[in-house]
Amino acid sequence: MDSEKRVKLLHMLHENANYTDEMLATLLDEEPAEVRAVIAEAEQSRVILGYSAIVNWDKVDGNGVTAVIDVRVTPQREVGFDAIARRIYRFSEVKSVALMSGAYDLQVVVEGSHLRDVATFVSERLATIEHVTGTATHFLLKTYKADGVIFDDREDEKRLVVAP
Amino acid sequence: MSAFEGKLSPLVEQLAPSGIRRFFDLASQMDDVISLGVGEPDFVTPWHVREACFYALERGYTTYTANAGLPALRDAIAQYLETFDLSYDPKDEVLVTVGGSEAIDLALRAVVQPGDEVLIPEPAYVSYEPCAILAGATVKKIATRAMDQFRLTEAALRDALTPRSKVLILCAPNNPTGAILDRAALAQIASVAIAHDLLVISDEIYAELTYGVRHVSVASLPGMKERTIVISGMSKAYAMTGWRIGYATAPRDVLAAMVKIHQYTMLCAPIMGQMAALEALKNGERERQAMVEQYDQRRRFVVKRLREIGLACHEPQGAFYAFPDIRASGLSSEAFAERLLKAERVAVVPGAVFGPSGEGFVRCSYATSLAQLERAFERMDRFLNS
Repeated sequence: MDSEKRVKLLHMLHENANYTDEMLATLLDEEPAEVRAVIAEAEQSRVILGYSAIVNWDKVDGNGVTAVIDVRVTPQREVGFDAIARRIYRFSEVKSVALMSGAYDLQVVVEGSHLRDVATFVSERLATIEHVTGTATHFLLKTYKADGVIFDDREDEKRLVVAP
Repeated sequence: MSAFEGKLSPLVEQLAPSGIRRFFDLASQMDDVISLGVGEPDFVTPWHVREACFYALERGYTTYTANAGLPALRDAIAQYLETFDLSYDPKDEVLVTVGGSEAIDLALRAVVQPGDEVLIPEPAYVSYEPCAILAGATVKKIATRAMDQFRLTEAALRDALTPRSKVLILCAPNNPTGAILDRAALAQIASVAIAHDLLVISDEIYAELTYGVRHVSVASLPGMKERTIVISGMSKAYAMTGWRIGYATAPRDVLAAMVKIHQYTMLCAPIMGQMAALEALKNGERERQAMVEQYDQRRRFVVKRLREIGLACHEPQGAFYAFPDIRASGLSSEAFAERLLKAERVAVVPGAVFGPSGEGFVRCSYATSLAQLERAFERMDRFLNS
């Protein structure tokens, strides 16, 4: 499979991991065995790290709270931001960590059962890490779009059943 | 009974009711119908195009435009058509119309007079024949064959010619068959057109929707630009059916005649739609490509599934229709579509609606999500194999 098709395959799986190998093969005009081989290789080389559903958690009761935390840190000689990022992402409460340019250095997404859990995590765990110089915690109130999927968009079929 | 009883135009009374209309009436009375009968994209117009329209309204663009359309849009159309090796002067060789349908009507009314014969290869888009009749022409249909993938051949065209033949209507990529005409096929048709002094109306509304092949316009062939009216528009490629923005390009004397009719009937296309079309042409390439990619994937799925459930189907290379052969069912295309609809709530369009050559086939549009297509084919499989 050429590299362009491989990227297309990854995009398709990213959009819908439910596609069968046969369906992906049809859509890409490839053989199912080739699709299986490329997926296996991508999993092996950790290009594909897992498969998940996009869930609108706002519609699920008792799913807790999510906070996006801007973290400012002092980078360390030789290891830069990586050592601190590693210390942060090991916490089970932390769902994602990314190095950012601009007003702060690390963006940390934290999930907890209650607002208090997140507050405790930030004040007792995150803010006390050596070289962390400041945090700003933003609680997520409502998700409108995530991972390319619009959550509250209801553009129902408006076309006629039969048209020329 | 009104005072108009018996006084309607004989030309209008001559028109047969649309087969699509009858089938639409039937399908629209039912719930839970999966429709493969829709001749328009399932995508909504790209957001930046819709947004451009909002801003145009906000800035007060609510007026008439020049009859031929906004100069900036005509410039953009002319520039865009260069990608198909077509060169037109935006000043007097490009006309913005209210959809491609108006352009077809204008083209026919501008060039035919009573007694002229319009040649229409069929199966064909349902409007060509009525528009030709309303323009006063007589229609001569040219039957095409499934074994040729319903492509017009030079031989069939020659056989159909009479001394009154004046106009040939081409539609490629084709609605309803999805067939394209490649350069070699077009060159043969062009040679007949030139030899017999035929005018050509080339409906290229699906030009952008080709898969693995590049669209060739008949007007780009030697000796054809001066005898061809090219019709296209924004509806299919940019998912803008409801905006009703089409266009025609033609030699300036023909275009001037079309503008005359247009100015006394439509006056101009709606300015908001024109502003949106300008945005689509200038900045819509990425979205257009993404939609074409989706259609291409669905096309592969549809052809594979049709064959799996036992319906022979040629590989469509353009538009968003498959035209499978349903003759093995022993049913007419109308009966097949009606029974499928009633039994399994899947709407397809009977091929006979598009002309006698379409009998034995149905049109399946794949301008529908993959999930819907999967469900539709499960139902069709049950219908055919139960």
